[in-house]
Amino acid sequence: MRVRSSVFASFVLVFEVIGVALFLRGFFPVPLKSSFSSNNKLSDLPAEPLTGSPPNSSRLPQPLFTRVVVMLVDALREDFVFGANGRRYMPYTRHLVERGSTHSFVAKARPPTVTMPRIKALTTGTIPGFIDVVMNLNSPALLEDNLIWQAKTAGKKMVFYGDDTWVRLFPKHFMEYDGTTSFFVSDYTEVDNNVTRHLDSTLKRDDWDILILHYLGLDHIGHISGPHSSLIQPKLLEMDDILKKIHSALISKEAEGSLPYLLVLCGDHGMSETGSHGGSSEPEVNTPLVLISPAFKRKVGMEKPGVVEQVDLTPTLALGLGLPISQNSVGRVIPGVLEETSLRDQLRFLHLNGHQLSCLLKDSTPDYEKEAGFEQFRVAEKAHGSWMKLFLEGNTSEVLNNMGKKVLKQYLEALAGMSSALSRQLGKYDMYSMVAGMVFVFQLLLVLLLAMPEALSGEAAVDLPVLSVLLSLPFYLLCLLLASVHVLVCTSAESSCYFCSLSWGLVFAAVAFYSAMFCILVSMATRRLPLGPKIHGRSPVRSSGSEWSLSELDALLLAGTVGHTLSLAASSFVEEEHQTWYFLLNTLCLAVFQDVCRKYFREQRGPGDEDEPILPSKDCHSPAHPKAEIYSERWLALATPPFTLVCCRLLRSLNQTGVQWAHLPDVGHWLNSSEHRTVLSLLAAFCLVLIYLLVQRRCSWVSKVALALGLLGVYSYRAAVGNVLFPWQHSGRTTSKGTVEARFVYVFILGILFTGTKDLLRSQINTANAKLKSRGLWEIYSGLVLLVSLLFRAHNLPVLCCCLLIQTLMAQFIWKKLHYDAAQTTIMHYWFGQAFFYFQGNSNNIATVDISVGFVGLESYVEAPAVFLTALSTYAGPLLWACHLVCHLSSERDRSPVAVGHGCYCLALLRSVPAAAYIVLVTALRYHLFIWSVFSPKLLYESMHLLLTAGVCLFFNTMEQSHSSRFFSNCWTVILVTPHLF
Amino acid sequence: MWDREIRAMAASHAVTAAALFMATVLPAALVRGFSVYGTHLLWLYAASGAVSAASVAVYWLLGVTPSAKRHSVGYKLSRLFRSCLYFFLSCLFFHTVVVLYGAPLIESALETFSLAVLLTSLTTLRCLCVLGPNVQAWIRVFSRHGAMSVWDTALQITVACTLVGAWVGAFPIPLDWDRPWQVWPVSCSLGATVGFLSGLVAAPAWIHYHRKQLTYKCK
Repeated sequence: MRVRSSVFASFVLVFEVIGVALFLRGFFPVPLKSSFSSNNKLSDLPAEPLTGSPPNSSRLPQPLFTRVVVMLVDALREDFVFGANGRRYMPYTRHLVERGSTHSFVAKARPPTVTMPRIKALTTGTIPGFIDVVMNLNSPALLEDNLIWQAKTAGKKMVFYGDDTWVRLFPKHFMEYDGTTSFFVSDYTEVDNNVTRHLDSTLKRDDWDILILHYLGLDHIGHISGPHSSLIQPKLLEMDDILKKIHSALISKEAEGSLPYLLVLCGDHGMSETGSHGGSSEPEVNTPLVLISPAFKRKVGMEKPGVVEQVDLTPTLALGLGLPISQNSVGRVIPGVLEETSLRDQLRFLHLNGHQLSCLLKDSTPDYEKEAGFEQFRVAEKAHGSWMKLFLEGNTSEVLNNMGKKVLKQYLEALAGMSSALSRQLGKYDMYSMVAGMVFVFQLLLVLLLAMPEALSGEAAVDLPVLSVLLSLPFYLLCLLLASVHVLVCTSAESSCYFCSLSWGLVFAAVAFYSAMFCILVSMATRRLPLGPKIHGRSPVRSSGSEWSLSELDALLLAGTVGHTLSLAASSFVEEEHQTWYFLLNTLCLAVFQDVCRKYFREQRGPGDEDEPILPSKDCHSPAHPKAEIYSERWLALATPPFTLVCCRLLRSLNQTGVQWAHLPDVGHWLNSSEHRTVLSLLAAFCLVLIYLLVQRRCSWVSKVALALGLLGVYSYRAAVGNVLFPWQHSGRTTSKGTVEARFVYVFILGILFTGTKDLLRSQINTANAKLKSRGLWEIYSGLVLLVSLLFRAHNLPVLCCCLLIQTLMAQFIWKKLHYDAAQTTIMHYWFGQAFFYFQGNSNNIATVDISVGFVGLESYVEAPAVFLTALSTYAGPLLWACHLVCHLSSERDRSPVAVGHGCYCLALLRSVPAAAYIVLVTALRYHLFIWSVFSPKLLYESMHLLLTAGVCLFFNTMEQSHSSRFFSNCWTVILVTPHLF
Repeated sequence: MWDREIRAMAASHAVTAAALFMATVLPAALVRGFSVYGTHLLWLYAASGAVSAASVAVYWLLGVTPSAKRHSVGYKLSRLFRSCLYFFLSCLFFHTVVVLYGAPLIESALETFSLAVLLTSLTTLRCLCVLGPNVQAWIRVFSRHGAMSVWDTALQITVACTLVGAWVGAFPIPLDWDRPWQVWPVSCSLGATVGFLSGLVAAPAWIHYHRKQLTYKCK
């Protein structure tokens, strides 16, 4: 089957989007969320079950503890307390564990074992996923229902000292706090002393209920020198002393008759053998959990600590303090803590926990009734009811006691079942879906690469052996094999898997697609191998001439593309990706400058006459041109690259992005401050005029008028919103939302787009008129420009302006004059598009997405247009450059008729290479420390960009389509006309 | 003839490299608290001074410089003056390019300019020594197939290596490692120096291995 390269490229991109979507679905597990958005309240608690009578009171049992001290030691590993060295490291704690009234456990933390998600897990009881980070974009505070919020609502007084992550997560929750930053990893004494210095005075006071201490020193030592360094022991001894101090203070405070205290020693995550954390190895996951309270039984020797989940602490603390369990908690109460209470209370506690879990299960899984745990909970609840009835009747026999014990056991089993059913859906990467998506994308990328010689040849058509593959034996064998692998994986996987939950029809289609792609790949590879080098020589990317000679520019374009892809493996380069693009773009401009210089200084002088002074040499091809024109054109061509460089340098200081230098003052802030509003207004007006001048020259007069009015509308919209000054504005007028103005502009945008489409359609019919078509394309482009100028903030209008200016100059003097081929032009456009993406203030951080754009011209939030507008304005740079590429390449048609096909293919290749490489990198780095903060947002950006590029390629496709149809209709005309000639 | 020239070139390059080495070692012995990172600007000026001196001396002794014996003292003086002017203009040019690449405009202007001086003394100065203050000759040498002697080829290679070295040297700046050599302009100037040294080694070696293919139009 022979397909044109633009069709081929769009096809590949569309399927890549599907593959990446599958990958994303596996990478970001859907979070568990209760359907109720509010937090759990005391009044919502279920009544105590009781058979045969109206519901019992919904009272809570007496809280178990009055005061709780949580001592969280960052990176406290389980063996530091319970291991062989525990007696040496933490003698007092170890003594308490062995002889005191304590409960000790090994608490399993879930990966990523990084502090922030672990704090979230400890306080909300859920296992947070990255999607949570995306959901509450700009707010660093924890909005989910959590223990701290519950405690605050219940009027508990809380004091916090330690890592300031807590302060950021829970602003205004603490009565008193002192946050220490974990910024200087090399500091491991001061950071802890800053916590301990408050301790004496706080312990003396009585005005708090919950004290939380978060010590960072141990983690820092781990990062510096690992878990076996000599620094570990003194640090742990220090921690032990602090624990002793708190414990003795609590003992001395303990008054007769009041409720007991609870002291919790825990770690947020462990420490690997090299001292780092983030992964899922045993020493990183296992943390100690020691609960100390006079309410517990005294121990009589070292027991092997039981294993619990880290999130189990949340419901335990909540119930212990008499608070409602937070809504999304998947933990189950630790039964040992309740041991000393009455049987009725124990059952009540377990019932509360079970009720909360069953509610969450109902909301998060469609077929919750099939879960064994849920069924058990129903049974246990019923048994609980009948037990209560007997109990209230005053029955106190041994039988009743035994029956209660049985209910208790049923409850515990139900809790375990429900908790594991819930946590199965959480915090785990769905590797099978990820691998499936990855293989999908890679097959497509390889096919794309293998087709390069054909796609970039003069015909711009790719021969895909689809039919022969579909009828071959290996295809069917592979289908069978993959289907059996699928069944095998899906039946043996214990965690939930998206790919397995797909319907059979879809899975079969996917399996058939995999096998077909694989067979196509193999057959293309075998076809290519013997001819490889010969055909490669023809491809324009690889060589400018007929030999294997790369010009400097080609080398730069190739090295830049490959280098950028490789740089994505480093978190700093992802954070500071704009630097990479600016750097590459600068080098590109210099290389182009060199080419221009070479053309105008060297070429025109014959070889060997180097002593001849530079004179405006006569252009032998066009002697008719007046001399002055050649002269000015030459100087303009020479000035274009430096001008571009200066533009880029100015734009770069307009918006500081990234992480390391994002705080530096930039021109954008300066312009936006209220005292410079006049400057901003003048600048915006100037930019809008310039935009008009640059865009209008190739439009029809209708669009010209519409464009002018539209740009006026843009200015009045900005004035209405209050960004810029309007000369005739009433001073007293308050700023409105500017809905009318924005809609006014939308009307003109639609008008321009309509005229453009009309011209394009007319050019389809009236095939002779190529000019009409390029005008239609340009009108669509100018509609996009108008839309972007409406959406861009006023201080970003220079970005748009420079974009148009550079496009005009480069198209006029560089791309046409220097005879760059379609591949080179496409790569340059892509690089410019990437750089402009960052020039407009974007970064690889979700927080820089300007969501306010979604409200332009809308009264209230409407999802579809808001998402569309936000995406459009975020990717305005790449889109504008891609659109310009279409315009430019189709205007180049006289020179090379397949330019559009080549451009489309190159764009597809340029986008798929980093996207494919990136998903592999992310999979390899999935336990990296920065996987959430750096790599995951970038993954979202990459996939969004891939989606948009697929859209642009489809647009390319229609352009190419109409061209070929024109070609065919020309042929028809020729055929029809020929008989008449005879 | 070729062997002699290549040998002379190797020797001259060795002298230049030795000068660069001495510029690093000597101040370390003489100046208290000297280090390449800590007192970077001092090292930078020492290195550029040493390389400049070595280049001028070597090329003058070897007589590669277009001879000016026939000319008057005034002509020589004007050449000298023009060379100085070119040197300064080249510093400004490099400074501009570095600023366009994103160096801060005002804040660390001294550091940026020092880098420009280093780059100038590693590249432009050698051009001045070999080709003289003659723009035509420069354009000829740096366009494709424009080399007309072994020295021109060597010049091309060292200049390209130095510039690529400085270019590559900018890569580690965005990394968050907080190392002393990531401070502006340390990595770039070190990259340029390393590139220059490798160019000094590569040029004679490359010419030696390609001496069969190399043909110059007129000598």
